Amino acid sequence: MDDERVLKVERDVDVIYIREVGREMAAEAGFGVLDQTRITTAIAELARNIIVHANCGLVVIRKVQRGDKIGIEIVCKDEGPGIEDIDKALKEGYTTSGGLGIGMAGAKRLMDEFHVESVQDKGTTVIVRKWLK
Amino acid sequence: MIIPILKIGDVLIVTIQTELTDREIEELSHDILDQIKKVGARGVVIDISALKTVDSYMARSLNSIASASMLLGSETVVVGIQPAVALTLVELGLRVSWGVKTALNLEKGLEMLKVNVKKSG
Repeated sequence: MDDERVLKVERDVDVIYIREVGREMAAEAGFGVLDQTRITTAIAELARNIIVHANCGLVVIRKVQRGDKIGIEIVCKDEGPGIEDIDKALKEGYTTSGGLGIGMAGAKRLMDEFHVESVQDKGTTVIVRKWLK
Repeated sequence: MIIPILKIGDVLIVTIQTELTDREIEELSHDILDQIKKVGARGVVIDISALKTVDSYMARSLNSIASASMLLGSETVVVGIQPAVALTLVELGLRVSWGVKTALNLEKGLEMLKVNVKKSG
């Protein structure tokens, strides 16, 4: 298995494939079943956000190292409309798409680190990381 | 993807054996409700023990199936949620929107419906 995978997301079937790649890479990095489930679920939420808000985008999954810590990083990048108010978007139950409004806030809770950058009409990049304990 | 919907007495049993796309989940929802009406089912058990990932879309769909089946006079029980999936769903923030009856496994789910069916009948 490679240390980095770059995956295109544009259809609902891609979400299933991407989260399975994430599960395999997380397992290989040494994460247990619970963390694998957290990671794949976070990937599913973020990848679906790309489809819903931007139609298509990229998901990069890679193994990362910081000092003697090993982890997994997921970058979700799209060139969609961007997020108008990130604080609002991270609030539980907030939705602009008619969904549950769980996606971003949920993914943030499931992972150890969460960064989001968004420029209106240019796109959104979400980076999440989980470290092996 | 065709997911078989089995009928035992007046209960439908649906076993989801592979990860489903959003579209497949939607089709399944429709098929289940259709079958409820067709056979006059009073209960539905959905077994998701084979699912290693349940994201908010899947959870919302299960909620919708349960709510809609109730409007048809049928009760839905979701069974077999994996422990890691259960904890992940709680952390995801689902406590606000999860209103579906659950049971540990198929057997307990059927038991639950029998009791309820008897009571209401």
